[in-house]
Amino acid sequence: MNDINTNNIIEVKNLVKEFKGLRAVDDITFTVKEDEIFGFLGPNGAGKTTTINIICTLLSKTSGEVTLCGHNVARERNKIRNCIGMVFQDPSLDDRLTALENLYFHGLLYNIPRRTLKERSEEVLEMVNLSSRKKSLVMTYSGGMKRRLEIARGLLHYPKILFLDEPTLGLDPQTRNKIWDYIIKLKKSKNITIFLTSHYMEETEICDRIAIIDEGKIIALDTPDNLKNTIGGDIITILSEENVKLKKYIKEITGSDVHDAKEGEIRFEVKNSSSFIPKFIKNSPVKILSISARKPTLNDVFLDLTGREIREENASTRDSLRMRMRGRMRH
Amino acid sequence: MKKELIGVYTIWLRDIKRYYRDKPRIIGSFAQPILFLFVLGTGIASSFSVFGGGGGRDFLNFMFPGIVGMTVLFTSFFSAMSIVWDREFGFLREVLVTPISRTSIVIGKILGGSTIAMIQGTIVLLFSPLLKIPITFAIFFKVIGIMFLVAMTIATIGIVLASVIKSMQAFQVITNFLLMPMFFLSGALFPLNNTLKWMNVVSKINPLSYGIDAMRTVILDNPTLQLYPLWLDIVVLASVTVVLSLLGTFLFSRQE
Repeated sequence: MNDINTNNIIEVKNLVKEFKGLRAVDDITFTVKEDEIFGFLGPNGAGKTTTINIICTLLSKTSGEVTLCGHNVARERNKIRNCIGMVFQDPSLDDRLTALENLYFHGLLYNIPRRTLKERSEEVLEMVNLSSRKKSLVMTYSGGMKRRLEIARGLLHYPKILFLDEPTLGLDPQTRNKIWDYIIKLKKSKNITIFLTSHYMEETEICDRIAIIDEGKIIALDTPDNLKNTIGGDIITILSEENVKLKKYIKEITGSDVHDAKEGEIRFEVKNSSSFIPKFIKNSPVKILSISARKPTLNDVFLDLTGREIREENASTRDSLRMRMRGRMRH
Repeated sequence: MKKELIGVYTIWLRDIKRYYRDKPRIIGSFAQPILFLFVLGTGIASSFSVFGGGGGRDFLNFMFPGIVGMTVLFTSFFSAMSIVWDREFGFLREVLVTPISRTSIVIGKILGGSTIAMIQGTIVLLFSPLLKIPITFAIFFKVIGIMFLVAMTIATIGIVLASVIKSMQAFQVITNFLLMPMFFLSGALFPLNNTLKWMNVVSKINPLSYGIDAMRTVILDNPTLQLYPLWLDIVVLASVTVVLSLLGTFLFSRQE
């Protein structure tokens, strides 16, 4: 981890953040390379947003070193603020203003000259397909449109790095796919580094590299393919009449651990499922009710590393307040 | 420097734009003063004759500057306090990652809230002919100046509180235990020089008392109702504003 590389646009070393004795971020170290899509993957409350907030100068750190574009996060906040674009987890648009006005205010704050600002507003709106609605109040926008406008706004001042904190949270699956399409399109058309977080496993597959984060620690960091390769082959899920006996048998013939899965199923990993399954069914001492095989996903990687699945936990008070505020802001 | 001025202007402009887009709020701003002045005020005024003594008409006149002050108080306070949720869930969060200093944000917010409060106060001032209170141009502009100063004082109080509290619940508590007492003990609804001693003492440390006094002095021009000289009112209001805006900027700039 000690490689001093000029291509590193973000360097985080031994970062710790404590809230009243609680370690939200627990000694993490990682780097983000220029022009890559870097993903933070982990359940709610893992420390993703806290880390992002520290990197983008919104939160102070307890200890550790963070540099971004060569600027120190503790000492050169304004330099950092100039080179980052931010799309927050919670909507931060002013919904009583139009899309153009939201962009205009943003541009003023970044000191973009008026004429340039006008051109760029058109350009970014075009990119996220909102040109036709640019003069509508944001309160008339759908969730997906708001998110697209926020992405456009984050790009307005041509940042070197764009942060996307849970960009698809609270959107329906179809809209979520569209948002990712925009992000991929953006990556193709501009030289920009993208740092995103998500707790939707499938969505982070577009990243060049992923850090899996849990309870404030990075527990794995690699390309999606390499992460999936850590799983020993294909995932097999079986529903049988007698799990205990079957588990013992599988352990004997494959040598791999067998886990209990949802709804009375058991799951395990084998190298080559297509030749394994016919042989297995023929020789099984127990009647098999159903069997399926699939390629490993990042969800399996997380399950393998932590023994838990990433899933929505009960909404905390803060989350429920957040939902209420969203409701309120719609009016 | 120029960048910071643009920052202040941007924050201010956003509040103003939001205000004039919010038609229900503008219409609603008529409701409360009308209720206080023509229902509560008239009711109390007519009770003078029941309990003996006249002066009902005088009471309404006395109350009028207080209602103007009330409008300024509530508008300015709530505008400033909107930082609480705006920072957590709204536009302000976006502003915090831009290269604009926290000081500019605070100043922009104070000026924005004060401008809106001044506009709302002016709307109430337009009711004066109904009470047969003559407002000349000279008085009108003086009142506007006083309103802006009072609004700034209240906005800075709001900013200081908003910087220390983080939740909506705390906000309710502050409204009930600070804002309402401040209003009742400001001399807006009844004279304070004849009440209980403790009320009199509290009113002396209440910045709003000086604001209401200044407003009453300028609008009614009646020396018997005046508590302090006008210059003293202005000095107190201005000092409180300066001290609290420094404190507010400091508190707001703190990072967690």
